[in-house]
Amino acid sequence: MGWPPLVTVLLVLSAWELFVRWQDIRPAVLPTPTDVLDAMWDDRANLWGATWITLQTVFLGFGSALVLAVVIGVLVDSFGWVRRSIYPVIVVSQTLPIVAIAPLVVIWFGFGISSHAFVVAMYTFFPVAVALAQGLASTDQDAMNLLRTMGAGRVRLLLKVRFPSALSQLFTGARVAMSFAVIAAVIAQFVGAVEGLGIYMLTMKNALRTDLVFGAVTVSSAVTLLLFGGVVVLQRLVMPWYRPKTQGDAR
Amino acid sequence: MTLGEAGQGGLTIEGLTKTFRPKSGPVFALDGVDMVVEPGEFVTLIGPSGCGKSTLFNIVAGLEAFDSGHIRLDGAPSHDRLGEIAYMFQKDLLFPWRTVMGNAVLGLEMDGLSRRDARERIGPYLERFGLAEFTDAYPDQLSGGMRQRVAFLRTMVQERSIMLLDEPFGALDSYTRTNLQQWLMGVWEEIRTTVLFITHDVAEAVYLSDRAYVMTPRPGRIQTVLDIELPRPRESGIEITDAFLGLERNLKAELHLHGTDDHDG
Repeated sequence: MGWPPLVTVLLVLSAWELFVRWQDIRPAVLPTPTDVLDAMWDDRANLWGATWITLQTVFLGFGSALVLAVVIGVLVDSFGWVRRSIYPVIVVSQTLPIVAIAPLVVIWFGFGISSHAFVVAMYTFFPVAVALAQGLASTDQDAMNLLRTMGAGRVRLLLKVRFPSALSQLFTGARVAMSFAVIAAVIAQFVGAVEGLGIYMLTMKNALRTDLVFGAVTVSSAVTLLLFGGVVVLQRLVMPWYRPKTQGDAR
Repeated sequence: MTLGEAGQGGLTIEGLTKTFRPKSGPVFALDGVDMVVEPGEFVTLIGPSGCGKSTLFNIVAGLEAFDSGHIRLDGAPSHDRLGEIAYMFQKDLLFPWRTVMGNAVLGLEMDGLSRRDARERIGPYLERFGLAEFTDAYPDQLSGGMRQRVAFLRTMVQERSIMLLDEPFGALDSYTRTNLQQWLMGVWEEIRTTVLFITHDVAEAVYLSDRAYVMTPRPGRIQTVLDIELPRPRESGIEITDAFLGLERNLKAELHLHGTDDHDG
């Protein structure tokens, strides 16, 4: 029993379209999906400009988060005192609400890309660092012993066994992080920005261009999907030996 | 070869004891183990599960500390043996992210050989090990027997004077196992390094070794030493000769006399 999820989406969109037309709802309240598509096409230049800024924000933020996460993940794994004294603070820091922090970051760092990227980094850093630390910690002890009998020290153990065996978990963390990187960027831009999808949404809302608000929402989720897919493709390239267990393989 | 020559692979173990001290109370793993292995010998350790065979290997390899006793390599007291002895674990421990070639060169890479030199040293063996067509395959594409051969190749090319093989064929079906035993004998006849070999299988011990050390259950002690005086190379069919069957019977008797239980591990 079942059909492709895309069919579900099309069914919901059709129902929406029919409902709005039948009830004759004003476009400023709820535009039809086709209205949204039309509006997106008409304003494509601005929409693309905003998207490009948001993409840059995500790349900058996620990129720095990745570097920091690898450093912290390795430190947490290598030093007991980091694990005991600093790691818990990082974990607890994740309870800080993004909506509340974003305005502060904008106050401190201004309306530019780097300020929004900082918010993205704050929220994408954590799942990657945790995944990496866990991956490193769960390295097969015998595999490490094997390398020790070959004369390997700490650094080579890290590079030759621990890091490669933590890679799949690192990518899992990266996928989780990527799924809210765009949201973090949009929220940061909501608070104060010159350009970007967040400020675009806010402007269109104030102009009662509900169709373009929907348009920007559509683009954000499309960008998230694309970036998510990008991580999956990257994983295939980096880990050619890796075969994820799909439901078809379930035994 | 004379005993005690430097780098020849002679190993002397005297009065080795080892007690693990977890919170649940001390576990006496080894209690005064004595062994003498001469260069180029193939020596088997046989005994029930949990008798400390693997612990003994870990100590000899330098992975684990011991409480008292002495270990000498070629007559010289030895303190840190990590990097000096090649160790093949019970699990094949092939790295899933490395190809057959990548796994085979691992030890050479650790010795600082360049990738090219390492591959050159592996090259001639690939055919012999039946791996020539699988050089670039990842481990999950290999059968159990092939995986063991890669693991053995990785161990052998390190060219250490002593190799520790911990039940390398334990997880294989009996057909593959017999094949690999014959194949191992063939390879070993050429390299003739010192081998310490752990097994549960009496026939395997008799077929492969020059001498078998029978260990007692915990705490592990050497119960008997049995010389296997069968001609080398060991021809196929040797396992149905009277001499072979007699030795097998003796070894079985030793193992069963002392109430050993093979099913506890």
